[in-house]
Amino acid sequence: MSILHEIGSSGLAVDLQNLSRRFRGEYALHDVSLQIPTGSVFGLVGLNGAGKTTLIRHIIGAYKAQHGRVVVLGGDPVLQPQVVLKKVGYLTEEDSLPRWMRVGDLIDFTRAIYPTWDEVYAKQLCEQFELIRSSSLIALSKGQRARAGLLVAIAHRPELLVLDEPSSGLDPVARGDILEAIIRTISDDGRTVLFSSHLLDEVERVCDCIAMMHEGQIVESLTTEQLQDRYCEVIGAGAMAEVAARFPQAFGWRQSGTEWSTVVGCDWLNQQVDSRQLGVIERREISLERWFMARAGESKQKSPVAVGTEGDNHV
Amino acid sequence: MQIHISSDGPPIYEQIANQIRYRIVSGQLRPGDELPTIRGLAEKLRVNPNTVARAYREMEQEGLLEKRRTTGTFVAELTERRSIAERRRILAPLLDKLVIQSRQLELSLEDVVEQLHKRDQQITRESASS
Repeated sequence: MSILHEIGSSGLAVDLQNLSRRFRGEYALHDVSLQIPTGSVFGLVGLNGAGKTTLIRHIIGAYKAQHGRVVVLGGDPVLQPQVVLKKVGYLTEEDSLPRWMRVGDLIDFTRAIYPTWDEVYAKQLCEQFELIRSSSLIALSKGQRARAGLLVAIAHRPELLVLDEPSSGLDPVARGDILEAIIRTISDDGRTVLFSSHLLDEVERVCDCIAMMHEGQIVESLTTEQLQDRYCEVIGAGAMAEVAARFPQAFGWRQSGTEWSTVVGCDWLNQQVDSRQLGVIERREISLERWFMARAGESKQKSPVAVGTEGDNHV
Repeated sequence: MQIHISSDGPPIYEQIANQIRYRIVSGQLRPGDELPTIRGLAEKLRVNPNTVARAYREMEQEGLLEKRRTTGTFVAELTERRSIAERRRILAPLLDKLVIQSRQLELSLEDVVEQLHKRDQQITRESASS
């Protein structure tokens, strides 16, 4: 529980314990335990169908836990929605805003729900995003609709901002506005962001904690600093099949021409007296993308249960 | 500061630190100049504030930046005031890295020294022209 150690007593914004969910007998979530520290920007990554959206729907109270426990901002989002959800902001990739509304209607409607609505902030966002109250949502571009959705997700200054694939299909300027909103949200002390995305470079930029999901389970959950400290990429020369045995815990092997690349534990590599004897040419800092691809490839070769119980790597 | 973050490069904190280091050694940032606040730079670059804090922390440890209580982060005062031993100590980890990498690449020390001279001249030229 290394994340918990570092965060100490400042608490958890989200605490999931042994959460499982089945759809028609198939596990969408299987015994997921996940802790999101207060004040973090928590990146949730994983391939399509990994269970990210199902997990998020439990957090925003759209699904009741079939098995396990969900605590959000100290409460149960299903049993106490009036307490929990007014402190949560939510934006999803789906164009889920009521299209028949005008921008002004949407703002007025949302303001009425949230007692903490910040009128000054809302006006400022409206100007920054160049949203006009009289425009109907259906007439807006996808980017402008996303901005309208972002405005109503953050203008009540939520303690927890949940973004489920908010950037997919958006232009770079609109994506930039979302990233800026994330950074501003945590700059206000104690606020937390949960950011689910396939855009790994964006996750790498804004997140300080990351969890990877695969087939309904958390493969690994760690801080971005831990990612750098724990793993590195090594590049070497020679036949991959011959050298692989010398790297007992390496994963994500790739061969390209006469060179190979793999992901290893930094601790293990530092213990090797002479990395040249292993055929290592270069050691690189790990990128989120390299780690993600390595983990995703590794999971393909093992049963999900085996991945989930990997003691060393499981937080 | 127009700092550029590439998604395909060294870790982001290192990219930030490198670009600030370059501004300091090339004289674009002078001793005593104030750096943007961690939050301000994080919002502008759209990166996590912890990442900016880590970049500042590394440069502080190197003696390039100094934090003044309550006021902010500044480019450290003139390095002449430090003893030569202290300055060498700050450089030591970078030299270790260079020596190790050179050996791994089987480049001779003479060759590396020559490269250092070349880089030095190039940085002088670049900072003169900017």
